[in-house]
Amino acid sequence: MTPVFYILAILTLAGGLAAVTLKNTVHCALALTVAFAGLALFFLQLDAQFAGFAQILIYIGAVAILVVFAILLTRSSEAEASGGILSRHWLAGLIIAAAVFAVLGWAILRGAQALPQESAVPAVTVHQIGTALMGRYVLPLEIVALLLTSALIGAVIVAMHEKESAK
Amino acid sequence: MNPLTGYLLVAALLFATGLAGALTRRNAILVLIGIELMLNAANLNLIAFWRYGPHPEALTGFLFAIFSIAVAAAEAAVGLGLVISIYRHLRTTDLDAMNRMKG
Repeated sequence: MTPVFYILAILTLAGGLAAVTLKNTVHCALALTVAFAGLALFFLQLDAQFAGFAQILIYIGAVAILVVFAILLTRSSEAEASGGILSRHWLAGLIIAAAVFAVLGWAILRGAQALPQESAVPAVTVHQIGTALMGRYVLPLEIVALLLTSALIGAVIVAMHEKESAK
Repeated sequence: MNPLTGYLLVAALLFATGLAGALTRRNAILVLIGIELMLNAANLNLIAFWRYGPHPEALTGFLFAIFSIAVAAAEAAVGLGLVISIYRHLRTTDLDAMNRMKG
């Protein structure tokens, strides 16, 4: 474990924790961006350059902006002031999350001996990724393209103004 | 410590954080943020297993993570569209106030 790993872990986990605990929802979205950036740096450290840059483009560039737009369109940063930020069943949720982490951590630490050791750096070029996407994985690629198209059309239809139809 | 163990522990912590956020917050957008964190933790696991697995040149885990990112983007678009639509009907994003399915 290198110091870089610990710095990235602290950055990512602090961003994630702030994203779910802060009171103002705009601050939550900004903290979420920090967590996404930390994960992108993790991907770069794991020699997955393409995934790291895709993470920056898709999550920081698109998803975080989408979240900010949704917060501003629903004005939920102002509504949050009245009443608490936690739902009625927050204690049960917290217990479930802690139990899930306990099970995951126990499984990881118990199985640590069986995990593979340090291996050579895989040399992956964008050319190889493109060949794999257009060759062996062409069917999943087409299905994802169809899914993205239908999801975006569906999102626009769901969020579109239904003018005059209600009257 | 085994290098893979560190990544798996970070991913498990991030997943638990996202789950706690999704289960305890009352704002619908914050619940979606928690779900995004959980999906990202799963992606970190996929990339870490690909990197330290026996055949990284086959690119299996790597491309699984890429497809997972694409599906998560579609999920975020639909989820936030639904939140905006519900806000227009009920004038709130408070999940405790959303207690009827009829629009």
